[in-house]
Formats: sequence, structure tokens, C-alpha cells
Amino acid sequence: MLFRNFMAAGAVASLMGTAAFADCGPSGNSVRILGSDFPAIQAVAGAAEANCGSNAGEFTINLRDNTRDMMNQALTPNPAEYTSVIVANSTLTQLMNDDLVRPLNDLVAKYGSHLSPNQLITIDGNVMAVAFMANSQHLFTRTDILEQAGVSGTPSTVDEIIDAAEAIRAAGIMEHPIAMNMKVGWNVGEVFNLFFLAHGGEMFQAGSAEPNVNSPAGLAALADIARLAEYAHPDHLSHASNETQALWEAGQVAMAMMWGSRGGAVLDAEGSTEEVTSNTLLSAAPTAGGGSIPAATLWWDGVTIAKNIADADAEATFAALVGGLKSDLMAEHNDKAIWLIDGFTPGPAAAGVSATAAGGAKPYPMIPYINFMHNALGSELVDFYKGTESAEDALADVEAAYRTAAKEAGFLQ
Amino acid sequence: MKHRTFFWFILPTLSAMILFIALPIVSVFIQSLFVEHEQVLVVSESCGPFGCTQTTSIDTEATEALRADSPLGQYNGLGTYFDRSHLATAEVAEIWKASTGLASFVDGIMDLKFYKALVFTLTYTFVVTPAVLILGLAIAVGVNNLPKALRGIAIFISLLPFLVATIVGSMILSWMLDGEGIIGATLQNIFNDPSLTIKSSTPLMWIALIIYGIWHTLPFSFIVFYAGLQTVPGDTLEAAKVDGANKWQTMINVVVPHLMPLVSFVTLMLLMDNFRVFEPIVSFQAEAHAQSLSTFILSDLREAGNPLYASAGATSILTIIGVAILLSPVVVRTWRDFSAKSH
Repeated sequence: MLFRNFMAAGAVASLMGTAAFADCGPSGNSVRILGSDFPAIQAVAGAAEANCGSNAGEFTINLRDNTRDMMNQALTPNPAEYTSVIVANSTLTQLMNDDLVRPLNDLVAKYGSHLSPNQLITIDGNVMAVAFMANSQHLFTRTDILEQAGVSGTPSTVDEIIDAAEAIRAAGIMEHPIAMNMKVGWNVGEVFNLFFLAHGGEMFQAGSAEPNVNSPAGLAALADIARLAEYAHPDHLSHASNETQALWEAGQVAMAMMWGSRGGAVLDAEGSTEEVTSNTLLSAAPTAGGGSIPAATLWWDGVTIAKNIADADAEATFAALVGGLKSDLMAEHNDKAIWLIDGFTPGPAAAGVSATAAGGAKPYPMIPYINFMHNALGSELVDFYKGTESAEDALADVEAAYRTAAKEAGFLQ
Repeated sequence: MKHRTFFWFILPTLSAMILFIALPIVSVFIQSLFVEHEQVLVVSESCGPFGCTQTTSIDTEATEALRADSPLGQYNGLGTYFDRSHLATAEVAEIWKASTGLASFVDGIMDLKFYKALVFTLTYTFVVTPAVLILGLAIAVGVNNLPKALRGIAIFISLLPFLVATIVGSMILSWMLDGEGIIGATLQNIFNDPSLTIKSSTPLMWIALIIYGIWHTLPFSFIVFYAGLQTVPGDTLEAAKVDGANKWQTMINVVVPHLMPLVSFVTLMLLMDNFRVFEPIVSFQAEAHAQSLSTFILSDLREAGNPLYASAGATSILTIIGVAILLSPVVVRTWRDFSAKSH
């Protein structure tokens, strides 16, 4: 009894305390957040808890790796395990495929007056997510090494990167000056996407789930990747972000295609030398084949609200998370992300993604069957990269593997 | 033991096995016979930070209605088992027709992921299993011949690889083998070739995986054989000595036959484990060079985002069939020995 009184008093006091600076929606509800564990999401979830933790009856944050492996299972029961999952392009598709997130139009009208229209991920008129940061892979260069090799300016096309790599190799500075995230599986599939989109490719035939990667754009993309891979570390088929970042920080490569979200960690004083960090330049992803589209896919991270939960929990969760997406959050964590929040001024760590987006890079496609294509690309192109199969055969294998999976999932008959 | 007593003894284990092993296998088999309903797709405009595009999405209500009618999905029979990701019968027939000789046929087959994985898995199984049997016996005999004071410490050291969790052990070795790791970098120095790396070469990767497999499972066969050696009857050994057999002859003609039931047991366990090789492939980041049926199950359930249960189920059942085929000669042999003894 005493305990309950104490709790009630606490709830009233905290309500009065927080009401002054944040509208946290109905009080005493449950807010349960699931997200990937990286600095920007830590900041967003942390701000939500700081603002509205005391207003909620229960406030839990679970940030971990590989959330995409379990988010569908976690949101399927009613009530769902989490009231909000922080997703990206592809994981929103994954949740929407199973109808696990709710439209947010009402909540945006009530609590989202500070959001800019481009933060609203709208599908068929329904706001399905509120984006707060952008990400993409783009070029990292070591200005000192390029200078030493006699290369002037920052490479902006695949050909210029190849020329610069050859100059570095010829000058005897590095045998393998390029790093790319080409680990077999998701990463190597994504590298194909970058160059395929840069060559103007369309993954699927218009209006259907039939694949369309075995095309001139696909062949051109593979040719570009093979040329770049020749200058990449021999172990590149086992390199993902952690490995390429380590190579970069160890000063072993001069040019890399890495994620913008790694920019802050690369440029900070930890894990590397002054020589590397002070000469690292982040710039737009290169264009390919004389085109103007950067070889990149644009990603966003954003807030979704689970479908299978009480409306009051949904409202409190939305108010807490989206209410925190304001300029003071950004001011405090400016270099942790490329914020999509109004008034963001990109620092050096965000320059690459900003330039890539400004250059007209394509967003990662939000198509229900894209995961199966990505998966097929990730496993079937390996023979080509190892040099044991021709580009045409590898792409034919990709289409065959995709068809098999898409049939099983009901997208092709 | 009377059959009745035996039944009551084994009942708890048997019921647990039926509940937690047999029934799930039946469920996996049933799931592998169904594929998803045809997805009802709608095209609409989607907008975000990078502009608006026409996007396809799933009409979840319509799809849900289909799902409510038959929750398991569309019946596909054994279709998944014979599709391109599994036995690929249609593709194999086509490759056979198009091939100009055995070499081109094999080349074509190796393009199909199931057969490629099978080749690695069988190679791994048939190299690791005999190597572990022979080396395990050799170490057991060696330790058995040590002075008593040294045996404890020798047993402890021999068991170490088994005590390290598979994923941890293979992770550590993977870092050492990396082009930037101690073994990888040393190899590059010795051969003076900066592009020589284990992780970029299929044969070297296979060798690394096989050596790891041997290192990791050796303690299992060692400890079983060591225990078996304690039961070799002293009189028989003495008799052999009296008959003038040397150490090697005693080993081959007395000790090994005595240990034969254990050899069968260890072989069974090793074949089963090795055919399902999984952790080292993941920790070595060796997916470019070696896949096994188990890594396919992982990728079907995980990499696709929305899991392919039928495909994963079919792969699981095919793995069980594969293990059964591998084990059958050993099981038949054990059964014959058993029948011969009991009559």
C-alpha cells in the first residue's frame, strides 16, 4: 500500500517535472525500444528515456547486433515484445511484409509538428516510419598518399580511382591501396547494388518481381567491381565494416568505400594515428561509366511503432522517441550521424554522405522481394569474384537463385 | 535384461526424444512441403528523405485472408527438395544434356550450391574422420605408455582443444590465419608474396578448416580410446608377448580388435558431427570457399529477412538423410556383430 502511494506520488511529480519541456503523451504506459547498437541510435533512445522515462510506467531500451534476425518474431505476438523498432529501409520492408508496424499519420499530426516532411517515410499516403538519420557508403581517401603518388584532386569516378590506385602501386607505396566491404553474403551483394544503380540498372522488370540484373548494367557493374578488387586486399571477400575500418585506421589503404556511419569513428583520435586521421577525406561515392549517379545506395534509419500493442503504449512510445528528435539532440551529438533533422550542418564526418545524396544517389529499393535478390547476389557472385566464372554465368546464376527463393516466398509463380 | 525392465528404464529418455527430437523433425518435414501463398502486391507511391518513387508493397490484408484459409501455405509436395537450391534435378538434367564430357559436367554441377556444399562437406568428413581416429588412438597409446606421474598433465593438455568452445577456438585461429595475423603474415614473409593469403585461396582454406576440425575433435577420440585401453586384459597382452609378438603386432592384433566396438562408436559420432560442419565456416569467414548444408539453413532463416522455412526445412531433412546414408555401413556392421554375439 505504502509502495503504491509512493509510486503514484512519483508519477505525479515526474509528470509535472517533464511536462515543462516535453510532451510525452499519456503517462504510465509501457515504452519498449529495440534497435541496433550504434552511437546515433544510442543518442536517440537515450534522449527519449531522459525526456520521458519518468512519464512512462515502464521504459526499456534494448540495443543489440543483428536486430533484423529477430525483429519480426519479436513483433508478431500480441502484445508485441517491443513497442518500437528502430529500422532502416530494408528492415522496414521486412516488417511491412508481415504487417507488423502501424501507420503513424494521427501520431505525426499530434506530436510531429517539428518534423520536416522529408523525415516522413510515406507509403501510399501512410506514414510508416519517421527517419532521423541518413547513411550510405562513399569514398574515403588519404590525401597525403595520393599527393605522394602524384595524384591531384580527389577521385570522383571509378576510372580516377583505378588510375590513382595504379599510381600508388607504381610508386611502390602500397600494393593493395583499396578497401571495400566485400564479405561474402550481404556485403558483397550490396557492393553490386552500388555499381548496378550507378550504371542505371533496374533490379526488376517493370511492374513485376521478375529479375533484371543479367543486363548490360549488371555486366558493367561487375566489370567495375573486378577492376577495383584487383587493387583491394587479397582477403577482401572476408572483409566487412570492422575489417575495412581496421585497415583504414592502421594506415594500410589509401582509398576505401566504407559506410558514412563509420566516419566519426575513423576521424576520432581513437584506434589510429594522427597521420591517418588528419589526412582522411570523406567525399561522394564515385560515379561509373561516364554517368552522373554516384555508386551508392542511400539508407535512412527511423522510428516505427509496432502494430500489435495497445494504442496508449503506441502513443507514449511515439511521443517519447519522436519528441526527442529536435535540434538540442543534434547539437549534443552532431558528429554521431548524418541527421535528417531540420537545421543540421554536416561536419567532416558527414561530408561524404551529404555529397553522395546531393549527387543524386538512389535510395536502397524498398521492394518486398528485394531481400531475396540481395541474398542471391551475395552468394552467387562469389565465383565471379574468385575468377572461376564469367560475369554472364554468375548473373544468370543470381537470377536462377533469386527465382527459386521468390517462388518459395510466393512472389513468383 | 528383460525387455520389460529395459522398456521402463528407457521410457524417460525415449519420451523426451520423441517430444523434443522426433516430433520437431516431423514438423520440419511437414513445413518443407509447403511454400508461401501467392503474395498480393500493390503498387503505390512511397516517399522519404530521398524523394518519391513508385514502390511495390504487399497487400497485407489480402495476403492475410489467404493465410487464414490455409495457414501452412500452398502445398508444394517435394517441389522444394528438387528445386535449384537443393537437389536441382531439372538443372542437373540440363547440364548433363549440354555437357561435352565428364569435366564439363562436373564443372556445371559445381555451379549448383547444394552439390558444391556436398563436395566440401564429404571431403571434410572423409579426411577429418579417419585422421581423428588414427591420431586419437596414437595419442591414447602414447599417453598410456607414459610414466604414471606424467599422465595426468598429458591428459589435461590433450583435452584442451575440446575445452575451448568451438566458436572461440575457430575465431582465434581465424585471426591468426588472417593476412594481417601472425600465421598469415609469417607465411607471406617466408614465401615473400604479399598476395598469398589463406582466406583468398580455396585449397588453403579447405586445408585450414580440415586442420581445425582435426585439432578440435581429436580429444574426443583420444579420451574414448584412452578409457578403452584401460580395459585391455593383461593376460592376453602377456600371452601375446610369450608368443613372440612385438609391440606393433600386439597393437594391431590384440589392442585394436579389443577396441573395435569403441572405434565403431567414435566413427558414428564423428561422421555425424563432421557432416554438419558449421562453426568453423562461420568463424573463418570462409563462405566464399566452403559452404555446408548447415550454413545454408542459417542463410535461409536469417539472411533473407523474411525466412524461407520450406527451403530450410528441406535442407534439414536432406541433412538427416545424408547422415543416415553415411552412418548406415557402420550401423549395419555393429548390428551384425551384435547379432553374431547373441546367437
